[in-house]
Amino acid sequence: MMPDIHYAAILPELCLVVFGLGHLMLSFTVREENKGSLAAMAILILAVAGATMIPLWNHPVVTFAGSYAVDNFALFFKWVFLLAAVLAILHSGSYLRQEGMEHGEYYTLLLFAVLGMMVMASARDLMVVYVGLELMSITFYCLVGYLRGRLGSNEAALKYFILGAFSSAFLLYGFSLIYGITGTTSIAGIHTFLAAHPEAMAAPLALAIVMVIVGLGFKVSMVPFHFWSPDVYTGAPTPVTAFLSVGSEAAAFAAILRIFVSGLSGQSELWTGLVTALAVITMTVGNLMAIQQRDVKRMLAYSSVTHAGYILVGVVVGGSVGSATVMFYMLSYAFMNVGAFGVVAALNRTDGREGSNLDHFAGLAKLHPALAAVMLMLMLSLAGIPPTAGFFGKFYIFMGAVKANLIWLAIIGMLNSAVSAYYYLRVAVYMYMREPEGEPQVMVPVSMRWSLAASIIGIFGLGLFPDAVLALARASAAAF
Amino acid sequence: MSLPILSIVTFLPLVGAAAILFGVRRDNPAAARHVAFATSVVTFLASLPLAVRFDRTTAAMQFVETHAWIPSMGIRYHVGIDGITLLLILLTTLLSMIAILSTWTAVTTRVKEFMVAMLVLETSMIGVFIALDFFLFYLFWEAMLVPMYLLIGVWGGERRIYAAVKFFLYTLAGSVLMLVAILVLYVKSGRTFDIQTIAHLAPTFSPAMQGWIFAALFLAFAVKVPMFPFHTWLPDAHTEAPTAGSVILAGVLLKMGTYGFLRFAIPMCPDALPRFLPAIMLLSGVAIIYGALMALAQKDLKKLVAYSSVSHMGYITLGLFALNQQAMEGGILQMINHGISTGALFLLVGVIYERRHTRLISEFGGLTKVMPIYAVFFSIFTMSSIGLPGLNGFVGEFLTLVGVFHSQFRIFAVVGAFGIILGAGYMLWMFQRVMFNRLDNPKNFELKDMNVREFVVLAPLVVLAVWIGLYPDPFLAILHPTVNHLLAQAPVSVASLGPLP
Repeated sequence: MMPDIHYAAILPELCLVVFGLGHLMLSFTVREENKGSLAAMAILILAVAGATMIPLWNHPVVTFAGSYAVDNFALFFKWVFLLAAVLAILHSGSYLRQEGMEHGEYYTLLLFAVLGMMVMASARDLMVVYVGLELMSITFYCLVGYLRGRLGSNEAALKYFILGAFSSAFLLYGFSLIYGITGTTSIAGIHTFLAAHPEAMAAPLALAIVMVIVGLGFKVSMVPFHFWSPDVYTGAPTPVTAFLSVGSEAAAFAAILRIFVSGLSGQSELWTGLVTALAVITMTVGNLMAIQQRDVKRMLAYSSVTHAGYILVGVVVGGSVGSATVMFYMLSYAFMNVGAFGVVAALNRTDGREGSNLDHFAGLAKLHPALAAVMLMLMLSLAGIPPTAGFFGKFYIFMGAVKANLIWLAIIGMLNSAVSAYYYLRVAVYMYMREPEGEPQVMVPVSMRWSLAASIIGIFGLGLFPDAVLALARASAAAF
Repeated sequence: MSLPILSIVTFLPLVGAAAILFGVRRDNPAAARHVAFATSVVTFLASLPLAVRFDRTTAAMQFVETHAWIPSMGIRYHVGIDGITLLLILLTTLLSMIAILSTWTAVTTRVKEFMVAMLVLETSMIGVFIALDFFLFYLFWEAMLVPMYLLIGVWGGERRIYAAVKFFLYTLAGSVLMLVAILVLYVKSGRTFDIQTIAHLAPTFSPAMQGWIFAALFLAFAVKVPMFPFHTWLPDAHTEAPTAGSVILAGVLLKMGTYGFLRFAIPMCPDALPRFLPAIMLLSGVAIIYGALMALAQKDLKKLVAYSSVSHMGYITLGLFALNQQAMEGGILQMINHGISTGALFLLVGVIYERRHTRLISEFGGLTKVMPIYAVFFSIFTMSSIGLPGLNGFVGEFLTLVGVFHSQFRIFAVVGAFGIILGAGYMLWMFQRVMFNRLDNPKNFELKDMNVREFVVLAPLVVLAVWIGLYPDPFLAILHPTVNHLLAQAPVSVASLGPLP
């Protein structure tokens, strides 16, 4: 018997499936000189999907026999995915053209990655989480290796695939243990069962929790499951890295919040200690590694690890307060991280030299003052200097920690934030305080300008006037 | 509805910066200079009504503006000034104007960006002083780092990158702990960032809690002042910064630390204060002597002035934490005085640096013969820095030391007095080596005396130095109600220890 399906609620997902496939078909007919329209079409599809979600706001729907929830929580995350995808696509066109790889399947894969993320954000059932995660991961394996002529890209894809397969196995194993204990894969069902049987098999449950943390921790590059991220981030096409670093992380955090803060909230003593320790280790290790990098792309990869550590603090705080801080941070992070990788993409050079080395940023303030100013603002936002979104996001997360009486965690987080300023500032040092080598031409295509402008507006808008988005994040987290 | 003067004064420079950024071409440095200077003059003029219309009889905040900003967190745009901040704002607008004028020929590369950074810096400095909301305060406090970092790092001397990064990281490391303290205060005082509300509620917290909060706030402000042993960023930053940057750094930025003590650390943690006082007084005393001894050993003029700053800031913290009226007023007045005289000394060093591109004392000698007007200015500010009666430095130091003598830390008045002797030593010795002696370096034979612009830059500071030196009453009158109010909040056991004659 077919379960009752609420089609209006899954309209955004349907939209991506149908139009995504349509985009693929259409792309075969597009002539070489019109390839630029492929990106525009993809953005249009994402925009339509975003628009179909507006009527769903404040009208929570649970469908597919309780396994799929379209609530404010899911919608907030879905908008973040769409935003990150649009910003990344705006960086993609000219980048791919430079690499001679502007084909339709790139955008189709990207759209399907978004679809996977959306499924993860809506999942109320462990199996649906897994399906979404695999859809997202497999498309990303392809996207990371998309530059098939480049050795780094191939290596990154293989590495990501092998390690990703391992992490999926861990996740599945954890899920199956939970199913064995509770007899259900529904997150709400797990919660009810554990509430009724609080002492049910604590040891296997702890093991299951560790497995799930490994599986999802891999996706958010939590230390010590972060070893893939520097190589994958560096090897992947830069716009893909931008999207991967934000979208995949946001989707995994959505799943973490659903599973832990909602489903396993009664068992918090089993996981908060572990997650707290991992949060501290993650932000510290990420920082210490990022300091040593001379490649900006790689530095940003380790900085992503650090930011995952900050966000984990929000998970530890838990409840609606912690969830709202995670959501606000993810949105801020989408603006600043896609922007930062976007600048790296803008400096991409196909003349054989590695494009993202710090030396390539030398004297950028003279060569292209506007691009340097944008990068400076993005670095300051990542470092958490006011009045940027990065600052307010951190402020909000650590405020949650202080409210939950985790003052020491806030102190460690803030000290890490001060340390991180060192490597973000180093980019500014190269751009502003060193002379350019030779007279390289720096051109920023129009679409990239749009994306960077959106990032700048985003980081200052969220940094100075966060109230509206705070209200959205709170309304979305109210479900917990 | 009256004009929001405070907001106008604060954001005028930002408007000017935007005008330069978007309205002036990069290849037109003269336009950037003119717009920047005009903006700073207008800002200064706009800040004068604050002094004229200031009510000297009350300790309440004046020119208050309050608007909802982030209501869901209780964050408001809430600004206002009292006697202390009135003086600091006037100092800021005056020094910014002077600093911009002083760069007319000194800064020739990337003039547009330089002027934008100066004006953004001015906005954030004034913002720090007017903010009555902790969030707003922190926003300005941190935002100020960025333009200063760029000023040092882009337009500074040889080791500018090292100095800029050190400045940024030191200050940031100090202030992130302050942010945690702010968050704790926010949560403990019922979800408010309002500084006045917190100042009422925080003294009721447990002494242990107050102790932690004080420690976090103290660290942030002590780095900024800088107090010994957190001072090591200062000589580097001062030496490497361009002249205008040094002027602002010494004149205004260092005062933010002492202002922080006055506004936050002292009123909010009265129960913790007595435990920390001996250590603070000791560090202040060490700073006075250590700074002076280091200054004696310097070969570089700017470094000498920088270390003299460490010593002078020691007097200020000594005065503030003696916690009686005379010492505190002396300390606050000394904040202004230090801005005037050290700012002027950096400008004076800049004048010969621009001509000779060296600051080594040994390169000079006998300058009185070729630059008589310059020598007059130099001597005035040397005397002001030493604390010669009749000039501003004397009034501040005298009040401070008298007040300290009447506190429980009487011994530090002796230390301070000894520091003054050392101060006379390093300043006069430096003056002798630069100005007197024989004019034996051929490179100095043709040095031009100060031009009209340089004269105009320094003249207002001379006027102020003499004014405060001879008739400090108007300045002290502005401070009286505020200081009395502040001391009323300080722990009674300490405040009453100094029965004044």
